[in-house]
Amino acid sequence: MTEKVLMKGNEALAEAAIRAGCRFFFGYPITPQTELAAYMAKRMGKAGGVYLQAESEIAAINMVYGASAAGKRAMTSSSSPGISLKGEGISYMAGADLPGVIINVQRGGPGLGGIQPSQSDYFQATRATGHGDFHLIVLAPSTVQEMTDYVFRAFDLADEYRMPVMILADGMLGQMMEPVVLPEPKTELPEKPWAVTGHRGERPHNVVNSLYLKPEELEDTNIERFERYERIKAAEQRAEEYLVDDADIVVVAFGASSRIARSAVNKAREKGIKVGLIRPITLWPFPVNAIGAAADRAKAILTVEMNMGQMVEDVRLAVCGRVPVEFFGRAGGIIPTPVETLAAIERIAASLEGGAR
Amino acid sequence: MSKVVYKRPEALTEAPFSYCPGCTHGIVHRLVAETMDELRIEGTTVGVAPVGCSVLAYEFFGCDMVQAAHGRAPAVATGLKRALPGNVVFAYQGDGDLASIGMAETVHAATRGEKITIIFINNAIYGMTGGQLAPTSLPNQITQTSPYGRDVNEAGFPIRVVEMLSTLDGVALAQRVTVDTPKNVRAAKRAIKKAFEYQIEGVGYTIIEVVSTCPTNWGLSPSDALQWMRDNMLPYYPLGVYKDVKADGFANVAEAAAARALALAGGNVEKGDTADPAAEGGEA
Ligand SMILES: Cc1ncc(C[n+]2csc(CCOP(=O)(O)OP(=O)(O)O)c2C)c(N)n1
Ligand code: SF4
Ligand SMILES: [Mg+2]
Repeated sequence: MTEKVLMKGNEALAEAAIRAGCRFFFGYPITPQTELAAYMAKRMGKAGGVYLQAESEIAAINMVYGASAAGKRAMTSSSSPGISLKGEGISYMAGADLPGVIINVQRGGPGLGGIQPSQSDYFQATRATGHGDFHLIVLAPSTVQEMTDYVFRAFDLADEYRMPVMILADGMLGQMMEPVVLPEPKTELPEKPWAVTGHRGERPHNVVNSLYLKPEELEDTNIERFERYERIKAAEQRAEEYLVDDADIVVVAFGASSRIARSAVNKAREKGIKVGLIRPITLWPFPVNAIGAAADRAKAILTVEMNMGQMVEDVRLAVCGRVPVEFFGRAGGIIPTPVETLAAIERIAASLEGGAR
Repeated sequence: MSKVVYKRPEALTEAPFSYCPGCTHGIVHRLVAETMDELRIEGTTVGVAPVGCSVLAYEFFGCDMVQAAHGRAPAVATGLKRALPGNVVFAYQGDGDLASIGMAETVHAATRGEKITIIFINNAIYGMTGGQLAPTSLPNQITQTSPYGRDVNEAGFPIRVVEMLSTLDGVALAQRVTVDTPKNVRAAKRAIKKAFEYQIEGVGYTIIEVVSTCPTNWGLSPSDALQWMRDNMLPYYPLGVYKDVKADGFANVAEAAAARALALAGGNVEKGDTADPAAEGGEA
């Protein structure tokens, strides 16, 4: 039996990436992802890989671009301000159909913001990580175990769909310690016949490129890519449901805020309020099926986030006006408490009763 | 029987160049391709195309190619070389790409001693975007965005790239060449070939700056452009070898750096005797 070890979230991300076959890590120091890069610096060389501290996040993501073009599993990690700088490279990776994994251990923003946990990069991760028409697969862990499992899966998803995958974590998950079961190291990695490894006179030259000067070609490429995105939406939506079957109120929360929401749901249940939780695991593709189904059964939805209200827009799109969608959030690095989250649930419960009268 | 005196290098594809007539980009492409042929490395080489007039270099070079974001070619080349240490990796960059937006990537790839080769086309202008001021545009040079000439009090001074990079310990070869005459073309070819050879031997980072022309945006005929380059650019950007660690007697950049550190430390000890800041009343 695989045994449990106690690990920090940031370190679990690093170890699981190595076990997933990642041998190229390019970083740049920033709080609160520091332990991840430090762990990589210690371990990567011993695992036969390359750890390199780049001159900037821009350089780091472009090194990922190069290593990935060469067919290798490569990763970079940062926190919010650094992800803004990576936006250019991520867009180029999407445009050149390159796999790769990007970790965002979010902190509060905008600007230099703060260093406390936040979820304020939801828009950036799911809407506009960089310029152009593209998406990332975005996975949102809520435990150290999930940090481990999702990053391990992220490399497979990236290779399967030939696109960058982001793990959207936050400072709380990065810093917390929990027991984890680590996955067995991968021994077989997929073939990449498109990679630039030197043609050795055996095949036409491979080109990794995102430039299409003819608008028709660029549109066709985008259409093809969006057909792939449709397949991903059909196959890869993931969400965890907790006590939603009989729920009048469904709380939707991801990552760290889902942990608080879960305690609030438990407390509300003790008080006899029929409330459940949907925790989106894939932020893109957004689990519209799970949330749409909940909207058919529940009377109201409450979105809880560590920001000023971002995912709530996707929830409203999924609910499509069928039931009211409320928002409760704390921003700037403040983590909502279970008590204030419970109060938000109770307010909705009261208004539902009022409406029934 | 006819004798072949001139043919397309194997390492160039059949795609016609997109360059303007008389543009030096084409000559330099040919030299890089001939080098790949002579060293028989097309099959193990990965090239990086920049953003600039040579953005389509991935269509022209027969080796595997990657197109990089504006200025990021040295970082992309770093990722490639780290992933493929047994391959040859080169980046082909213009002056806007290399010395403006990509200067951080340039300097750091150089100081890390990445075993890559940079072919740097210095034409003192942003060619592709229609002739704007470049970091290498000369004092008083008229461009679209310096219509009254480059005012160094406002726009600052042009950067002498190979001189600057030659101060870095990771650099194995930093040389400036041009391609205005057959003799200079041959010298440029030798420099490019040497850079690739140094990379293959693992000596360190190599950069060949080619002082080039942009007849189109300079508003000159190809031959007048070459003359303008000789009259104006070469005095500011003198040709020559600015660093060559092998010529200096070292096997690689690590050895050269160690010797330099030793010499500098020795120099400080000597200086300490005569120029002790405390002795001169300075604060310790
Ligand atoms: C991030 C970004 N900024 C600006 C541009 C526009 N752009 C395209 S080419 C170029 C200048 C290229 O000049 P140089 O590197 O000197 O190459 P040349 O065309 O002269 O060979 C610029 C600014 C871009 N493509 N991307
Ligand atoms: S614009 Fe200038 S640099 Fe570009 S291809 Fe034409 S002549 Fe060459
Ligand atoms: Mg130029």
